[in-house]
Amino acid sequence: MRRRLEDVGYLVDEGLATACFLALRLHRPVFCEGDAGVGKTSLAGALAGMLGAPLIRLQCYEGIDASQALYDWDFPRQLLHLRAAEAAGVTDVERLEAELYDRRFLVERPLLRALRTQPSVLLVDEVDRADDEFEAFLLELLSEYSVTVPELGTLRAGTPPVVVLTSNRTREVHDALKRRCLYHWFDHPSFARELAIVRGRLPAVSARLAEQVTALVQALRSEELVKPPGVAETIDWAEALDALGATELDAELAVATLGSALKYREDTERARSMDLSAVLARRAAGA
Amino acid sequence: MAAVGGGTAVLVGFGRALRAAGLEAGPDRVQTFLRALDVLGPHRRADVYWAGRLTLCGGRDDLDRYDRVFAGYFGPRGRAPGPLARPLRAAPPARPAVRETDRVPGSGEDDRRPGAAAALASPAEVLRHRDVAALTAAEREQVRRLLAAFALRGEPRRSARLRPARRGAVDPRRTVREWLRRGGEPALLRRRARAERPRRVVLLVDVSGSMTPYADALLRFAHAAAHRGPAGSRAATEVFTIGTRLTRVTAALGHRDPEAALAAVAAAVPDWRGGTRLGEMLRAFLDRWGQRGMARGAVVVVLSDGWERGDPSLLAAQMRRLHRLAHRVVWANPRKGRPGYAPLAAGMAAALPSVDAFVEGHSVAALEHLAAVVRGAGDA
Repeated sequence: MRRRLEDVGYLVDEGLATACFLALRLHRPVFCEGDAGVGKTSLAGALAGMLGAPLIRLQCYEGIDASQALYDWDFPRQLLHLRAAEAAGVTDVERLEAELYDRRFLVERPLLRALRTQPSVLLVDEVDRADDEFEAFLLELLSEYSVTVPELGTLRAGTPPVVVLTSNRTREVHDALKRRCLYHWFDHPSFARELAIVRGRLPAVSARLAEQVTALVQALRSEELVKPPGVAETIDWAEALDALGATELDAELAVATLGSALKYREDTERARSMDLSAVLARRAAGA
Repeated sequence: MAAVGGGTAVLVGFGRALRAAGLEAGPDRVQTFLRALDVLGPHRRADVYWAGRLTLCGGRDDLDRYDRVFAGYFGPRGRAPGPLARPLRAAPPARPAVRETDRVPGSGEDDRRPGAAAALASPAEVLRHRDVAALTAAEREQVRRLLAAFALRGEPRRSARLRPARRGAVDPRRTVREWLRRGGEPALLRRRARAERPRRVVLLVDVSGSMTPYADALLRFAHAAAHRGPAGSRAATEVFTIGTRLTRVTAALGHRDPEAALAAVAAAVPDWRGGTRLGEMLRAFLDRWGQRGMARGAVVVVLSDGWERGDPSLLAAQMRRLHRLAHRVVWANPRKGRPGYAPLAAGMAAALPSVDAFVEGHSVAALEHLAAVVRGAGDA
């Protein structure tokens, strides 16, 4: 499992590898929580890459409902069809009615598409943003992997999609939904693993630069920041420095590009007051 | 890594040990756990650890306890595969109740109840304006009943959800459905408009030593507030206690019965009557919850006397942060009701510039006023 995920450039630890393995074998969704930028969302992409399946993403937001997540009818086309039939002089009302709710007028939204595409990976992003009614609806869908469209009957997935749910913990997600899932908490990776992730994602960046950026980010994370940088920020920072043509990092350059990793004025000021060159020197001596 | 011996009974026993430690590892979760182990094959210690952690835990707060129980149950052989467990917390001290006998000097019945008005007003009416720190046991009972009738809901905001309405944009879904019903004949236009939802309310209740006389009443208020929200959206009110640490008590307040809810809060809160480090607590709240969205667009109410033992400048900075995130910040201070009060405590003075409404919080009437301010009705 681990190797297969590493082949698509996603490095996992034992816990996450176990989670992915169980998700595939038990057909259970994986419920991912953790700080922003630790790779919750990209897990779904990695799984899709590993399985060679399309990634179908549903971004949750307040007020999302079944017609935006599951399916809708293409009303304008239905009306047009009705007019066309009228013009052609069709009088068979029953047949006409049956035609109106034909599959070709069905607009598939992400959840239905995930059920009907096999195999597929479904990402339900930031489920804590949706309302609790939507959670109940999701619960039904994820336990049966089937939906009922009144006009068409029940649509069932032959092979259930692999489901990844993410949450930022702005609201407690209902326990009934969590019980259906495998729960995984994402921690910030260790230095070695983060460095491996950066090297894997940005093979063109010089080894020294990747190492220095990772060391700096790890040092920043141990400071008390408003928003500690995640792995995504490490990659952004290394990429930005590479775009500037840097192969090595010094304190001056680091301060100039801090904006790639830190997104709050307070944090930037705090980082400026740190002795960045000392952090870099320590890493150089240790390596 | 070493193997873990034993059959199903041992593993089910592990589930029971977790439940005893306060995890919600119900039978269905244990069943998933067993199925997971089945799939994983021979029971390596690390596999048991991860299978259990993935199936039996439901939140970050569970992980610490899980690690502890795992090490205890399967023995600390080798190193625990997860992060090192923290030592067990001491049993929580008893919940403080409103003091029964010792009254605040000078607040005797005579100088609080002007004769003529008191003769006309019902006892409940008088009680509404009494300081809850200076009540007798019988009066306190009445105050409890008054508090139970509370409703706290945030001022309305327009949500992204659309609801059928008389005026507004045309709703194609319902309109065309209607037309299809009439055989494609254009008829009445159906319309929809943005629905209104109350804003989320976040209560931060100070339970430190200086707030002891008020903590009981304020938590009762929080309980009533968390329960009397609009139907179906009880989660719209979040409650935290602050003292020497930050504790989320929304779930503990979930009991319908206030006594049971307060007992659950007492068990969950480790720092009754400790010191106050408001600035640090506020930072913990913003880092862990607020910035991720809980405070965003919400009405945040701080119920505290503003007695800060830490650095007031940290409190000021965190209050500025909170003010930028939240829709409105309300500060309810029980001491404000005292005659001659001035916000001289360093913490209070530091916080005030970032507060939208500064209200009293010492009596039922004051809390009623607070509820109105949260609703956006009353002006402070």
